[in-house]
Amino acid sequence: MEKVYLDNVATNPLHPEALDAMMPYLKEEFGNPLSIYPLGAKAKEAIENARASVASLINAKINEIIFTSNGAEANNFALRGIALAFQNKGKHIIISKVEHHSILNSARFLEKSGFAVTYLPVDKYGIVDPITVHKAITKETILISIIHASPEVGTIEPITEIAKIAKQNSIIFHTDAVASAGNIPIDVQKLGVDLLSLSAHQFYGPKGVGALYIKEGIRIVPLIYGGIQEGGRRAGTENVPAIVGMGKAAELAKTYMDNRINHIKPLRDKLIENILKIDNVYLTGHLEHRLPGHASFVVEYIEGEAMLLLLVNKGIYSASGSACSSKALKASPVLLSLGIPVHLAQGSIVFTLGEKTTEEEINYLINTFPNIITRLREISPYTKGWEGMGNSTCIAKK
Amino acid sequence: MAIGEAEIKFLDKPLEADTTTDIIYMMCPMHLLTLQQKIKELKVGQVLAILTDYDGALEDIPAWCNKTGNEFLGIKEEPDHYKFYVKKLNDA
Repeated sequence: MEKVYLDNVATNPLHPEALDAMMPYLKEEFGNPLSIYPLGAKAKEAIENARASVASLINAKINEIIFTSNGAEANNFALRGIALAFQNKGKHIIISKVEHHSILNSARFLEKSGFAVTYLPVDKYGIVDPITVHKAITKETILISIIHASPEVGTIEPITEIAKIAKQNSIIFHTDAVASAGNIPIDVQKLGVDLLSLSAHQFYGPKGVGALYIKEGIRIVPLIYGGIQEGGRRAGTENVPAIVGMGKAAELAKTYMDNRINHIKPLRDKLIENILKIDNVYLTGHLEHRLPGHASFVVEYIEGEAMLLLLVNKGIYSASGSACSSKALKASPVLLSLGIPVHLAQGSIVFTLGEKTTEEEINYLINTFPNIITRLREISPYTKGWEGMGNSTCIAKK
Repeated sequence: MAIGEAEIKFLDKPLEADTTTDIIYMMCPMHLLTLQQKIKELKVGQVLAILTDYDGALEDIPAWCNKTGNEFLGIKEEPDHYKFYVKKLNDA
């Protein structure tokens, strides 16, 4: 097969209807939304329509959506903006060990600025136990941020329960829903969250645009100061075409969500069932509480990068852990926090399906992958054992 | 009266307001834009309270009231912000 794209958690292709919606704003409708003449008014109207579509996707009010440049900015904005706004009340923040780097590194930045951060452990499926959240709360706690669904192991967290605990203790609660928003139903009222981050390219919208839901009445310190865009909360001339594309993608996600889930979930289940037939291959994350298109594994005796390269040779595009961990050639901290040993965590492989994934493609992967594993195990130095598993790397025994 | 010449009137107690809007942490010119927008939503005779921590509002809001013919009722100072009270006097 020429190309089998199974890395939909890295990004999705832009939906043709989203591209069509964007085109006029890349060409003739180029006005600045702040300009008072018709060209500007048209751009402003397009942004407000997109805001309504994004709000509708997560059952928020229109004025509760702030557009950002991506999900990472939304996460930075949430953590830093809330921490600064509420620092007079307390300086303690709770996050989990399975957060995205945009949350982890924002928390580390806040630690350097005098805040205390608790990094909650997770169980072997990557689930944060709401009881640990409750126990970590102090009089100083002002913010709890727990990821909605892990892009690395696919696990969906018990956000409703955690949000309830936060509310009972009058603590602001944020969730990073970048991997889940637009892919599974999200209702901010039912979840009970105060802030929620999302990103357009995770649901067939364009790159370079995301959003932060901020519940009406919650104070936040802006991350970017400047003009009056986004009600003064996020300055800078808006990326109008991308915002329009996000709005269209949100509209499509809402309309076709059930169809998309019903298409990818059986394929994902077939993939998991067949890959687990291979010796010494284990599923990571929770079997049921996971994103519908997400299948992640660890393969013993092999490094993830080697699998990726041989899969690419067969035209199959996938991922090994998070992009950051993969580039740093380190075992993923997320996998390690699930209690997965280093030698296994290094053999991480993640397949994520999308609306265009076909059964033929999944069959091709099922037939191709075992041979790749066999070939790599034949030359693997790890079959004799490994050492140095105490930190994030290990080496083969000689 | 030019901006900077308006009288800054501080209050000992908060006043009753028909609508309260919170723009704490928002910088210039959000205090004026919000004021303009919120006052449009009120009926003549109703009172708007604006919460802001922007120091420039101390001059700008009384001056805006002066310029637009609305009544500036005063400022209640809170530990980390100001509460401005404006009474709508006309539909202009």
